[in-house]
Amino acid sequence: MTQSVVVQVGQCGNQVGCRFWDLALREHAHVNKKGLYDEALSSFFQNVDSRRSDGRGCGVGGRIQHLKARAVLVDMEEGVVNEILQGPLREVFDSTQLLTDVSGSGNNWAVGHMTYGSAYREQIVDKLRKAAEHCDCLQCFFLIHSMGGGTGSGLGTRVLSLLEEEFPEVCRIVTSIYPSAEDDVITSPYNSVLAMRELTEHADCVLPVENQSLVEIVNKIKHMSHGAKPGATIRRDSTVISGQGGLSGAEKPFDAMNNIVANLLLNMTSSARFEGSLNMDLNEIAMNLVPFPRLHYLVPSLTPLYTLADVNVPTRRLDQMFSDAFSKEHQLIRADPKHSLYLACALMVRGNVQVSDLRRNIERLKPSLPFVSWNQEGWKTGLCSVPPVGHSHSLLALANNTCVKPTFMELRERFTRLYRKKAHLHHYLNVEGMEQSFFSEAVTSLSSLIEEYHHLDATKLKLMPDAPRLCIAT
Amino acid sequence: MSVVTVQLGQCGNQVGHQLFDVICSDAHEAQRIYSCSSCERFFYRSRQGELVARAVMIDMEAKVINQSLTKAAKSGRWKYGDTSYFSQKQGSGNNWANGYCVHGPRHREVVEELVRREVERCDRLAGLMAMMSVAGGTGSGVGTYVTQCLRDIYPKSFILNHLTWPYGTGEVIVQNYNSVLTLAHLYQLSDAILVHENDTVHRICSQLLNIKHISFSDVNTVIAQQLGSVLQPALTADSHGVYSRNPLGELVSALACHPEYKLLSVSSIPQMPSSSIAYSTFSWPGLLKHLRQMLISNAKMEEGIDWQVRPLAGSERTRSLTGPSFNTSLANLLILRGKDVYSAETGSFEDPALYTSWLSSGEAFTLWKSPVPFNKYEKSATLVSNSQALLKPLDNMVGKAWNMFASRAYIHQYIKFGISEEDFLDSFTSLEQVISSYSQLC
Ligand SMILES: Nc1nc2c(ncn2[C@@H]2O[C@H](COP(=O)(O)OP(=O)(O)OP(=O)(O)O)[C@@H](O)[C@H]2O)c(=O)[nH]1
Ligand SMILES: Nc1nc2c(ncn2[C@@H]2O[C@H](COP(=O)(O)OP(=O)(O)OP(=O)(O)O)[C@@H](O)[C@H]2O)c(=O)[nH]1
Ligand SMILES: [Mg+2]
Ligand SMILES: [Mg+2]
Repeated sequence: MTQSVVVQVGQCGNQVGCRFWDLALREHAHVNKKGLYDEALSSFFQNVDSRRSDGRGCGVGGRIQHLKARAVLVDMEEGVVNEILQGPLREVFDSTQLLTDVSGSGNNWAVGHMTYGSAYREQIVDKLRKAAEHCDCLQCFFLIHSMGGGTGSGLGTRVLSLLEEEFPEVCRIVTSIYPSAEDDVITSPYNSVLAMRELTEHADCVLPVENQSLVEIVNKIKHMSHGAKPGATIRRDSTVISGQGGLSGAEKPFDAMNNIVANLLLNMTSSARFEGSLNMDLNEIAMNLVPFPRLHYLVPSLTPLYTLADVNVPTRRLDQMFSDAFSKEHQLIRADPKHSLYLACALMVRGNVQVSDLRRNIERLKPSLPFVSWNQEGWKTGLCSVPPVGHSHSLLALANNTCVKPTFMELRERFTRLYRKKAHLHHYLNVEGMEQSFFSEAVTSLSSLIEEYHHLDATKLKLMPDAPRLCIAT
Repeated sequence: MSVVTVQLGQCGNQVGHQLFDVICSDAHEAQRIYSCSSCERFFYRSRQGELVARAVMIDMEAKVINQSLTKAAKSGRWKYGDTSYFSQKQGSGNNWANGYCVHGPRHREVVEELVRREVERCDRLAGLMAMMSVAGGTGSGVGTYVTQCLRDIYPKSFILNHLTWPYGTGEVIVQNYNSVLTLAHLYQLSDAILVHENDTVHRICSQLLNIKHISFSDVNTVIAQQLGSVLQPALTADSHGVYSRNPLGELVSALACHPEYKLLSVSSIPQMPSSSIAYSTFSWPGLLKHLRQMLISNAKMEEGIDWQVRPLAGSERTRSLTGPSFNTSLANLLILRGKDVYSAETGSFEDPALYTSWLSSGEAFTLWKSPVPFNKYEKSATLVSNSQALLKPLDNMVGKAWNMFASRAYIHQYIKFGISEEDFLDSFTSLEQVISSYSQLC
């Protein structure tokens, strides 16, 4: 079994990361009844015996002593990390995994990327190496950050290229929280576009998540739990937005939103952690979903999101789960994959679901989903037998779909609006190492990415003839 | 004589496990001679007297092997050798190149040693059987590499590859690339390639066996039963009343008589829910009439057989893929098991119109029989066929891969591990050759 290390950078990265650790602990506590440190636990946790002086973890098979998250926490201010250290999760981290400064990056990508990136380079690499040393087969780094602020977007993407330099073989999967249109960070378009270029060049896969979509989902769930029809009770304990049963106490403002992202990560890694009749390892994600190196943005959708505790019609409910994964309401960015073009699509299923259920649903949904001509059967599936806590089954769909294009275009537009007026530019250009060309190159990179999606989109309505086959002289 | 099985990747290990289970329970219920002969083929006895499979399990991740080991041990009837497996921590990520160029070479010695140990345990080696899927990275890539190593070490032994072909709409997006690379390479190495298509087996589960929620284990049971009915002891024409000694060798010499033609398909009759068996009666003429029509109309199961298809006279025969759906055979092996087997009349399979003109039907047709019923059926028949049956699916597979290749999608993932566009082109070329050969069978 392989291990993964989570690198959480900036306020958003750390807050989302904490929800992940909380829910991961709950999930393992639920599945692991014997209290033994097993392979599944080892993928994200070390088991540390405090009596051992060398600080190394114990091997798989023994009793659980003290679980430590395989994580590196980075923030350039202290608030969030300190809160974590005072909260219920303090036990799973220790000071050697943390890196903080006091003043933050002031919502400035350049400060995070250049100033802090250079100042903390050695320390960051050191902490990453330590985390890697604790793994006997490190498969994946999960970077979590926001695009809008300074630390997550600037330093986070600096960490990304450090990962590529130091661990070229290890897969880099990035979860990026995109700002909503009315984001309170005025410079968020700059930060996001500058970060985008780094993501396009250095990540293996990026899972874009928009705060606006998270807000809408959370609101809808709240609304449903108030105005539920008699007889159809909402399960408040469903894992999707609540943290109940986990370690945390009171909910903080972003918690409900962050729980959704945490679930995305849990479901994406479940098949690598638990058994199933069709395993889907983390290195299979990029292999199957990324046909061209730069086009690695995978739109996530999670179902069930809006669970009713109505278990009377299991098959229909199961089929509904598959249909929902393609609806606009279940995407974690504001996008409509059904009306754009699929390059590839993964269905990661958990719980008591069989191949026949998969086959039936793929057959049923396929006709309504446009796929690129050379990948008409671009489906990747995984079956993990362990369902998420509180559910009988769940589905995570990852779509490599041109529907990301509008999000990127909107971002470019917001960027251009600021950039035309050179608004706030001097804050960036004052930073040592930052040059104006970074802005133009970043927007060029984004434009060419948009163009690549556009080209593919243009093939959608054309009937593409099959490539003429090789002829064999007879 | 004994067969050493090498199970590779998730599919290979899951199907392989099922095969040993089927063989063990079949042998268990039968009379002594049959049972001994079967056990000698596929098992040996440990010092403690347990039946141990003559198998080596290989995967680049540990989960599946652990599961198969445990399940076998739990059966209480047989088990895998305590040290006859090799696993790593991280799979090949559905990447043939990763399996073939990286994992295969890296673990060559360990794997060869494991196989050598099993081979040395056999009094006499009948041959090697490698089982795997073609769609993933380990079974396909490592499997191809291992087959190549085995071919080098055992140049004279029979090597049969059992391949599971993916569902058309797959679980792996790059499955057609992986399949093309695997098949093109195996075609040079293997003596014969026995194929099960997941789509076909899935349909058998749903339409014939009436299984509602089909799992991989249901699919694997069907595959294992079909394979078992081929590989279990049977009497050949010249074995003079004793069970034939070398199932692989006899299979290969019966069916793979020309290096251009190595693809074998399997079909069985009857296949029905076990609850219905008690209410059914079978007659040899009825079973064989159906099986023959399945063969010539290329129906993989008894439901939906096209009874219109019939052999054409020599002059009417066409040379085209799309022509009338008559399925021309190069060679067929018919295996009958059960009651009154000696009275079964199989002349209809010897009709020259079924075969190419350049082999006599005597050479093209082989018959094995066993009076021991198999798999609860009083009478059953299995046909292993080297015919155009796999032409269509092969052509589809290559066509889809070629379309993808035309846009160069996913190629960078292969280049990363050392497989170039040239290598792809070579594989495409050699499979187009195979397609062309099979389509010209007449
Ligand atoms: N979903 C979610 N979004 C958050 C959270 N915290 C902040 N954000 C979003 O992240 C962006 C701001 O980035 P932060 O992560 O706060 O900034 P930072 O990385 O700490 O960088 P500096 O504060 O500039 O040093 C805005 O778009 C916020 O809406 C969170 O916990 N969850
Ligand atoms: N019939 C059958 N097919 C299976 C089974 N497991 C996987 N498959 C098929 O095998 C293909 C996937 O290959 P796997 O065998 O899982 O892959 P692998 O060889 O382990 O390679 P990697 O996981 O990529 O390292 C798909 O076409 C599946 O349909 C099984 O138990 N039975
Ligand atoms: Mg901050
Ligand atoms: Mg595998």
